[in-house]
Amino acid sequence: MSMRRHDARTAAGFLAPFGILFALFFLLPIVYAIYQSLFTIERTGALGLGGEEQVFAGFDNYVDALQEPGFVDSLGRVVVFAAIQVPVMIVFALVLALLLETASARGVPFFRTAYFLPFGVPGVIASILWGFLYVPGVSPIVGALDQVGIHVDFLGGDTVLLSIVNIVTWEFVGYNMLVLVAQLQSIDPNLYEAARVDGASGWHIVRHIKLPMVRPAIVLTTVFTIIGTLQLFAEPLILKPVSTSISSHYTPNMAAYNEAFSNNNYHLAAAEAVLLALVAMVLSFGFLRLIGRGGDRR
Amino acid sequence: MTDTRVSPPPTSEAPPKPREVRHEPRRPTDSTLRSRVLVVGGLAIAAVYFLLPVYWILVAATKSTGDLFGTSGLWFANPRLLDNLENVLTFQDGIYLRWTLNSVIYAGGGALIATFVSAMAGYGLAKFWFRGREAVFNLILAGVFIPMTALALPLYLMLSKVELANTYWSVLLPSIVSPFGVYLCRIYAAAAVPDDLLEAARIDGAGEFRIFATVALRIMTPALVTIFLFQFVGIWNNYFLPLVMLSDPNLYPITLGLTSWYTFAGRQPELYQLTVGGAFVSVVPLMIAMVVLQRFWRSGLTQGSVKG
Repeated sequence: MSMRRHDARTAAGFLAPFGILFALFFLLPIVYAIYQSLFTIERTGALGLGGEEQVFAGFDNYVDALQEPGFVDSLGRVVVFAAIQVPVMIVFALVLALLLETASARGVPFFRTAYFLPFGVPGVIASILWGFLYVPGVSPIVGALDQVGIHVDFLGGDTVLLSIVNIVTWEFVGYNMLVLVAQLQSIDPNLYEAARVDGASGWHIVRHIKLPMVRPAIVLTTVFTIIGTLQLFAEPLILKPVSTSISSHYTPNMAAYNEAFSNNNYHLAAAEAVLLALVAMVLSFGFLRLIGRGGDRR
Repeated sequence: MTDTRVSPPPTSEAPPKPREVRHEPRRPTDSTLRSRVLVVGGLAIAAVYFLLPVYWILVAATKSTGDLFGTSGLWFANPRLLDNLENVLTFQDGIYLRWTLNSVIYAGGGALIATFVSAMAGYGLAKFWFRGREAVFNLILAGVFIPMTALALPLYLMLSKVELANTYWSVLLPSIVSPFGVYLCRIYAAAAVPDDLLEAARIDGAGEFRIFATVALRIMTPALVTIFLFQFVGIWNNYFLPLVMLSDPNLYPITLGLTSWYTFAGRQPELYQLTVGGAFVSVVPLMIAMVVLQRFWRSGLTQGSVKG
């Protein structure tokens, strides 16, 4: 027993630096955001000139946020965005990982590096880059397509969301591919040998060995992609000057940022930040629950 | 996260083999020429997709502002890369260099401290039993699910109250918390650091922190390098946190600085060329680092994903 008490004290020593930082910069902001979201500023005196006072508002800020069409639209937009982005990202990463890990592949180190490179490019710089590639007159892509008679507007109302999907895909597919490749490489090669002896084709091996074996990595990358897509901010913000289809409330993060720094309404911004975190948790835990149940049945 | 695992992958209980490089042990005998053409063709098309923007910026960085808009983006016109780079580095009294230095401080300093702090916590969780250990670990894991951008606004308000907003600390301090780092370190330390070795050091009379610093840290190095790289790239690429925290351009990291040039370019067109040149300069060292350090990314990812 004394050994265990000693253990606890030593463990506390090792955990203290992280624990303090985690409490201050992770837990406290969450508590503070929830607290802030429950208050509002009221002006007192005639014409509100008597000064400002912070008063308890209950769930008023949440009601306000959810009644504001701009914010609700932005939530709906990132959910649609996630519904497109997540499958595109995971399927693309999976196809690349499987191609790189087939016996027919050549030049694997070169290709793997080429796919992973964009992960080192900051999102804002990637967006500036792709922005130039979307704007007619500068973009060689738009120019080349024009010459063969295809006229696309990458920045129009119907297409700009897909153009953002493209930027985010470009940035993160390589990273997700690497996670999947790492898991593929941990599969015992004897399994393939055994399957081939049994007469399994390449496709059968993918379908019945590789895909089930990389399932944990697929789950991991999917959850990270869901959380990432809901936080969408930098890409639309950078494209905003070149696309009239992007408003200052295009995504929940842009809306909250605007509310805080343009309208100085920190309390409403806090409520919006809390709502975004809730949606992120519901969707990622919902996905894990869904997957978990599917797994149990098998 | 762990209960999503259907069946444990074969290597999950094996000790980590960090520097292992495995190259297709499969024999190419059953791969026909046709499938090889298809596979390599697919890989090549994908490579064009990923490299095209990189090629475009390489070409664009050599152009004058006029040629940037007036000539084809896919080929060089009157290359003047050195002049452009000089402009980038000297504009506004060389503020670009200041931004670069700031990014190095935020990303380098933040990642270094984050790695060390995560290593201590991960080691503590892996090697010592205490009541509520799993609860603490799960709380930290839950941190992985919190969108970082949701934290930035309340953090700004908190740090404003203690007059730390718009300082180096406001970007540095939140950047050293890495729940993913603790997760990775715990798994790695549990698998790779032998209890017997720690016991032997204890019998020799070494203190717990000394054992950690001299014995455990060395064994955990591959995981630490991975965490450092992740955190470095994460902080270097971060935009939202410095945007919320900083108002003084002298404190900006490169991402924020370049965006401020880009935002003003509508009114001052030569800023387009500076943005492109600055983006080029900032992207090159990171890309070289990605290529050179690639094996470290993979060794750490194997650990992270296998247990995921």
